[in-house]
Amino acid sequence: MTDPVLDVRGLQSEFRIAGRWYPAVRDFTLAVEANETVALVGESGSGKSATALSILRLLPAVGARIAKGSVMFAGQDLARLSEAEMIRLRGEAIAMIFQEPMTSLNPTMTVGAQIAEVIEIHRGSTRRSAMAEALRLLEEVRIPAARQRLNDYPHQFSGGMRQRVMIAMALACRPKLLLADEPTTALDVTIQGQVLALLNELKQSYGMSILFITHNLGVVAQMADRVAVMYAGEIVEFASVNKIFEQPSHPYTEVLLKAMPRVDRDSAGLEPITGQVPGITALPVGCAFAPRCPLRQPDCDRHPALAPLAAEADHVVRCVVRAGQEAAV
Amino acid sequence: MIRHVIKRLLLAVPTLLAMLTVIFVLVRLVPGDPAIAMLGDQATEASLQAMRSQLGLNEPIHVQYVDFLARALSGDFGRSMTSGRTVLEEVLQVLPYTLELTAAALFIGALLGLPLGTWAALRRNAWPDYASRIISLTGLSLPGFVSAILLLLVFAVHLRWLPVMSAAASDPVDHLRNLALPALNLGIIMAAYITRVTRSSMLNVLGEDYIRTARAKGVSQTRLVLRHALRNALVPVVTVVGLYFGTLIGNSVLTEIVFTRPGLGKLILGALTSRDYTLLQGLMVVFAAFIITVNTLTDLAYGLIDPRVTYD
Ligand SMILES: Nc1ncnc2c1ncn2[C@@H]1O[C@H](COP(=O)(O)OP(=O)(O)OP(=O)(O)O)[C@@H](O)[C@H]1O
Ligand SMILES: [Mg+2]
Repeated sequence: MTDPVLDVRGLQSEFRIAGRWYPAVRDFTLAVEANETVALVGESGSGKSATALSILRLLPAVGARIAKGSVMFAGQDLARLSEAEMIRLRGEAIAMIFQEPMTSLNPTMTVGAQIAEVIEIHRGSTRRSAMAEALRLLEEVRIPAARQRLNDYPHQFSGGMRQRVMIAMALACRPKLLLADEPTTALDVTIQGQVLALLNELKQSYGMSILFITHNLGVVAQMADRVAVMYAGEIVEFASVNKIFEQPSHPYTEVLLKAMPRVDRDSAGLEPITGQVPGITALPVGCAFAPRCPLRQPDCDRHPALAPLAAEADHVVRCVVRAGQEAAV
Repeated sequence: MIRHVIKRLLLAVPTLLAMLTVIFVLVRLVPGDPAIAMLGDQATEASLQAMRSQLGLNEPIHVQYVDFLARALSGDFGRSMTSGRTVLEEVLQVLPYTLELTAAALFIGALLGLPLGTWAALRRNAWPDYASRIISLTGLSLPGFVSAILLLLVFAVHLRWLPVMSAAASDPVDHLRNLALPALNLGIIMAAYITRVTRSSMLNVLGEDYIRTARAKGVSQTRLVLRHALRNALVPVVTVVGLYFGTLIGNSVLTEIVFTRPGLGKLILGALTSRDYTLLQGLMVVFAAFIITVNTLTDLAYGLIDPRVTYD
């Protein structure tokens, strides 16, 4: 097997609040293989965005830091690269798209210019050839009448069309890895389906890997090869998409699945999740999910490590009860 | 765009009419007989009567109003009581000086204020930020005539780099030297305003999602500021510059006096001290028209900066 495209090990990212550093991402280890989509799922505040921003080193310059761990990409540790080296890499080898299509594009630049800019910066192309490429990209993401729309401004596009523009911009330099932070959450269901289908198709034709952040398990089923479930800054379960749906093993994953509307089940059986993710300043000492957990035991006061489930090395769970192993620090 | 410009210009017309009406009423609300105010209480009844009919004060009020509007709109504000020349002539003679001073002040203000404000926003809560805040606060709290005198003392009296008085000069270099200190004086105040708004507006823009998008694209810091942030941060700056023009006139009065420089400010002071009623009324119209023009230009500038401003 070839090396993973992205190999994150023991990542810990922190924010400074009232003079103290608190971890928003902890003990985060995850690899993304070539041409694979890994979904990162979890409730609001579980640290999904913080993880993606850490990988691309886009956390705020002040009041945020990567405290521990490594982010291996193409033989380099991104956590240790200089800002100048990161600038060369962003948008070129790793691209990112964001949740808010309405505000993520510059309102005073034409969409053509915004796409062309990536090509100009990283390829040193002339404006002319970059614009030609921008047009090709707009056609590729299926913007109707792309030639006429090249010189339009973002406010002249609908949300779904803007997200297509964002995708065109992200693909401009054929990145190896795409970080997609809830790219369809703000779109209505039909548009969401179209954008997801487009992403899947482009992933194949461009041969890239995707780290797909979402809190929608329906989207996970459509997109992911493997799924990492995050809770309070940690991965609590990591397995193939089939295993996650058929054999959810962390109590939190079970709760998430029960709360998810599905076509094959009666929506009357839905169980809303009670409570919320603890804030980063108030993390419990032991298992972070314990206060909300139906299977809670005295052992849960100790912080569990991510451990393989029974005989399956590729299905890991962070739960004393389910993984039945020695609790770690 | 052209249609937008025409529409905006048409919108200025009712404003202009309302403003002329206010001036008309204001002048007539001033207590006392304008004829006596102008000629003094020693004047004979005959000369007062002559003055009243010359000013049209004997006509019924609505006739006076229509007459005033018609004349004002055709640029006829009567003759200055002191010089005997038409108000329009008086104004046109000094207007270039005021426009030149204003333009130079704006240029200096933008040249200093935009980079300083941007720098402060980028180094928020570090020393460049504090330095810029102190500088702009000083600029804002120092009265215009005090800074004018300080500038004179340092650059003209002490260092002797620049002339003390800045009257007209035919040589272009001398002309610029004459302009330097008064323009600097107004420019510093302008820069103080621009620094402040640029800083806060930049801070807002730098927190926007599209700035994060640009960073994710691999845009360098310099390009981020110049290509992505600055233009978006400019709308509040233009607003403040537009508003500040009103203050600029007040400050230019003082500046023109301290530097003995011709201009509208000097003219208005002269009209006030000599109770030149017609000149004063004409100047009020000119100033108001000036402000309306600036406002119209400000609105048009929004459209140039932000494509989301609709043209319908
Ligand atoms: N700039 C910041 N300063 C302080 N705390 C922050 C900052 N950004 C995020 N956090 C905290 O870090 C934690 C993780 O936030 P993050 O944005 O990564 O969550 P998320 O999983 O992406 O949630 P969502 O689904 O709402 O996007 C949250 O508790 C949040 O309050
Ligand atoms: Mg998020």
